[in-house]
Amino acid sequence: MLRIEYAYWLIAAFLLYTGGRNLREGHLWHAAFWLVLGLLFGAGDYILKQSAAGHALPSQLAGGGVIVLALLAPRLRRKPHPESSSADERLQSAIRLGHMLFVPALLIPLVTLLVALFGAWLVIDGHALFAAPQMTLTGLGLACVVALFAASRVARTPMHEGVAEGRRLLDAIGWTALLPLLLAALGQVFTQSGVGTAIAAIATALLPTGNATAALLAFALGMVLFTVIMGNAFAAFPVMMAGIGLPLLIRQHGADPAILGSMGMLCGYCGTLVTPMAADFNLVPAALLELRNPYGVIRAQAWSALWIFASTVLLMWLLVFR
Amino acid sequence: MNYWPLLGVAVIVIGFALRFNAVPVVVTAALVSGLLGGLSPPALLALLGKSFVSARMLLLFVLTLPAIGLLERAGLREHAQRWMARMQNLTLARLLIGYLLLRQLLATVGLTGVAGPAQTVRPLLAPMGEAAAEKILPSLDQADREELRAIAAATDNVGRFFGEDVFIALGAVLLIQGFYSQHGIELSPLAIALWAAPTAIAAFVIQSVRVWLYQRRLQRRAAALRTDEAG
Repeated sequence: MLRIEYAYWLIAAFLLYTGGRNLREGHLWHAAFWLVLGLLFGAGDYILKQSAAGHALPSQLAGGGVIVLALLAPRLRRKPHPESSSADERLQSAIRLGHMLFVPALLIPLVTLLVALFGAWLVIDGHALFAAPQMTLTGLGLACVVALFAASRVARTPMHEGVAEGRRLLDAIGWTALLPLLLAALGQVFTQSGVGTAIAAIATALLPTGNATAALLAFALGMVLFTVIMGNAFAAFPVMMAGIGLPLLIRQHGADPAILGSMGMLCGYCGTLVTPMAADFNLVPAALLELRNPYGVIRAQAWSALWIFASTVLLMWLLVFR
Repeated sequence: MNYWPLLGVAVIVIGFALRFNAVPVVVTAALVSGLLGGLSPPALLALLGKSFVSARMLLLFVLTLPAIGLLERAGLREHAQRWMARMQNLTLARLLIGYLLLRQLLATVGLTGVAGPAQTVRPLLAPMGEAAAEKILPSLDQADREELRAIAAATDNVGRFFGEDVFIALGAVLLIQGFYSQHGIELSPLAIALWAAPTAIAAFVIQSVRVWLYQRRLQRRAAALRTDEAG
């Protein structure tokens, strides 16, 4: 049975390989960084199981590993690896292989799609082929392996050279790859240490209560601002809802809960488009696309975010008090 | 009310504003907020480690890198560009708007992991977009190319975000429903998802118009260049 953990172990192997190659080439800081991260990924399953069983030590060690990563990250220089092939070689190969090159690239979304749609029905010998949790992502992991296999067949290149190319790209992305995980952890710490409730207390103390339109505007802007700080609209929603949405807008001014909830959440999504705290959507793509400005993607979507926010607030104002 | 944990937010704001390396900034913010929020150091360390490994799925995109790297070495981007150059009717705006529509529809039925920056934007959409822009303005410089790639990534994000909320079985809708049912208001997921549709349409229109305006800007620059040459 294929579980998401297998994909995590595959990532661990890839990270350890990246660390090992850097070690051999004498880039010691890079090597240490990827090796520690690889260990965290390899041990992740064990850490969570021990934690669920009440043993805190493995999680504490993992926390120590995260701090080590934070100390190592500033040592990493984003050194552009030299391209392993010349532009002319690539063009010749492109002309020779033609549309065949698209096949492995399209296999990644296609296999993921097939697993997402039909994975639940694949049963071999009474056992489900895919475990139900995170089935789409398990499919993505499988799709990557299938695509690598197909790519090596199409390009007539051994697979290990693909892994070496992947390592080149990973080194180019560098520590940015880590940010989404760290920010997710930060979100947990913020929640546990009461940052959310403190912000909500300040917000409700400052807010107008009498005027329905003003309260609605405060709710929408609060969703954006809180999402910008936390990097995630899901963290903002319960706080803003409990602070303004439920007591003021719904109970006092009679707002429609379905519209307020749905459109309020979407206001938060506009905040996600403009915050570096949502690193997986904003900073990682910038690194992946080799933009010199790490905030390039945010800049490209800022105006979209503003207009979408404005139209959502307008719609909400028109619909919610009817 | 203990307001001291808010200093963690201040650490983030200052750290990002001064453009320090973001990794130690985020970890420092977590340590500051956690300690000021009354967590003991061992508990904080365990919380940090446990939440970090629980978020492992966010690194799944690295598994695409070996296949993408191999294909790029074999000329995937060059081929995508040459193919786009031959397609007369596929303009930059049509390419990006078509992708936006597809991405949004896929997200509407819950298929958000199918496309993304690593899966589709870097290997396919970005090089095709560059080629489509070169058809309009052959003298694209590096800054233009980077802006174009950023627009491709932005289009991917907008499509995903404002499609997924329409899907009833996905996190957002269930979170909203769960919050209300905790507070004694019972709503069906469908009633919530339905009200995401107006914004989904607005987002599609807004992003499409912005892509079209960008294309028109390129066309004007190309026209200005041509009159310069003629004059």
